[in-house]
Amino acid sequence: MSIELRGVSYTYGQGTPFAHKALRGIDLTISDGEILGLIGHTGSGKSTLVQHLNGLLKPTEGHVLIDGVDIGAKGTKLRDIRRRVGLVFQYPEHQLFEETVSADVAFGPKNLGLEGEELEQQVKQALQLVHLSYEDLGNRSPFELSGGQKRRVALAGVLAMQPKVLVLDEPSAGLDPRSRDELLGLIRELHEQGITIVFVTHNMSEIAQLAQRLVVMDRGKIVMDGTPREVFSRGDELASIGLGVPEITRLTRQLRRGGIDIPEDILTIEEAKEAIVQWMNQRKGAN
Amino acid sequence: MGESSLISVQNVSYVYTSESGKEFGALSEVSLEVNPGEFVAVIGHNGSGKSTLAKHFNALLLPSKGDVVINGWNTKDQSRLWDVRQTVGMVFQNPDNQLVATTVEEDVAFGPENLGLPSQTIRQRVDEALAAVGMSEFASKEPHNLSGGQKQRVAIAGVIAMRPKCIVLDEPTAMLDPGGREEVMSTIRRLNKTEGISVVHITHFMDEAIDADRVIVMEAGKMVMSGTPREVFQRVDELRALHLDVPPVTMLAESLRRDGYCLPAGITQIDEMVKSLCQSS
Repeated sequence: MSIELRGVSYTYGQGTPFAHKALRGIDLTISDGEILGLIGHTGSGKSTLVQHLNGLLKPTEGHVLIDGVDIGAKGTKLRDIRRRVGLVFQYPEHQLFEETVSADVAFGPKNLGLEGEELEQQVKQALQLVHLSYEDLGNRSPFELSGGQKRRVALAGVLAMQPKVLVLDEPSAGLDPRSRDELLGLIRELHEQGITIVFVTHNMSEIAQLAQRLVVMDRGKIVMDGTPREVFSRGDELASIGLGVPEITRLTRQLRRGGIDIPEDILTIEEAKEAIVQWMNQRKGAN
Repeated sequence: MGESSLISVQNVSYVYTSESGKEFGALSEVSLEVNPGEFVAVIGHNGSGKSTLAKHFNALLLPSKGDVVINGWNTKDQSRLWDVRQTVGMVFQNPDNQLVATTVEEDVAFGPENLGLPSQTIRQRVDEALAAVGMSEFASKEPHNLSGGQKQRVAIAGVIAMRPKCIVLDEPTAMLDPGGREEVMSTIRRLNKTEGISVVHITHFMDEAIDADRVIVMEAGKMVMSGTPREVFQRVDELRALHLDVPPVTMLAESLRRDGYCLPAGITQIDEMVKSLCQSS
């Protein structure tokens, strides 16, 4: 399923003295099966943009088309759109509220009218997708779980609606390295199962690991759009809008500056190692 | 125990008791010293006991077994509680949970006011503390309008205003964006270098641990490693087994070393990596 933004602008508090234009003429097409990372400095409009993807916000100018349906048009059923495009907010575990894990996960599909056996199946399946056991945890209070587990329960609550597109706003923020790696692995699995993924992050290494496409925002506009390799090779431009590159890319650039002749678009430790070995062999050959 | 140490943790174990009466050992026989002026980074995944340990440093928790001695005072000595808390200040993870007043300067004044200091002294301390974290121009602003990094700096100023010998920070940058993280880290480093305040910094970000004097690794309530960043980070396999990150420069150097390339163990600085590579080939 495709999402298309055509000339989308959004102004907070329009018509008031506090009006603030957060998006300025965004054109963006997200195709079926993509895994897309969205980066930008705080205040660049990332979170405003993602809230347009399921109609939480409607553009003040322009159009958002979900599978060709304009979310701003009269008669559009936003409920259908929100079922198909699941939005996972920052720190989603803050929104857990039910007495048991399974009741919390069931909340969304229940509101869609599911009940009984069908509802239970959907809850089980959603928990399975996030690698939590319905049998062991279903009747526990979500508040007894670890931080990483809570976040996965919150994610299961969105997955229980069986969305085609999953939008995640800083999914790994505040997690420890183990929970972070688990969560990123989970997102990758969901993508492999055919769910389109859009995620916002401040962590450039995460982008390098996960995204096939990278969109960069600055002051309400899209300023770069390409593969992570393409985007991260423009390190100076990124720096000028307050963004960095993955740590390993920064490292290889500094090594280059130190006179070690290796490519500057390196994204993983393995690539860096290979390049350095090659450089050393060449040097030996030259001596 | 060294006579001169600021924090001395001696064979400390701590057991939490849940509401249902179940016991859970969060710390087991931990011993360590923090010296005046030292910058100690503590790493370990969630549940490893890092925060439980940190809460012992200013008597928020008291050991189930063993002793914690701060500046010569045992934390179990109730009569010294306020001396202990004044000596070791804490900053927590969530910037929104720590500020209590309606303006920045009132918030920073909260601690010194509770000490019953004359108002002129309070004024002076607040001004100095805000200057130390680079927030003077925000003195009369409302805390909720600040960015996450600014809020954390105000929280640090609130601690500084108590003139502590040590600041303990429990993942102060976990909820911040990269700009905010840098603001907070450079503030902490400056306070450590120029004011000589000891720092115990709990973090998941290895780049924040690289410049520490000492790195401590916690796992399952025990201290499993302690040493200079170089000593600790060269133990790549053990750190990976604990699901902890290793700085990329160390990761790369150790991976080359393993393949027989002649590099020094535990490189944590890029300059050193460049030099070593040029020499080894």
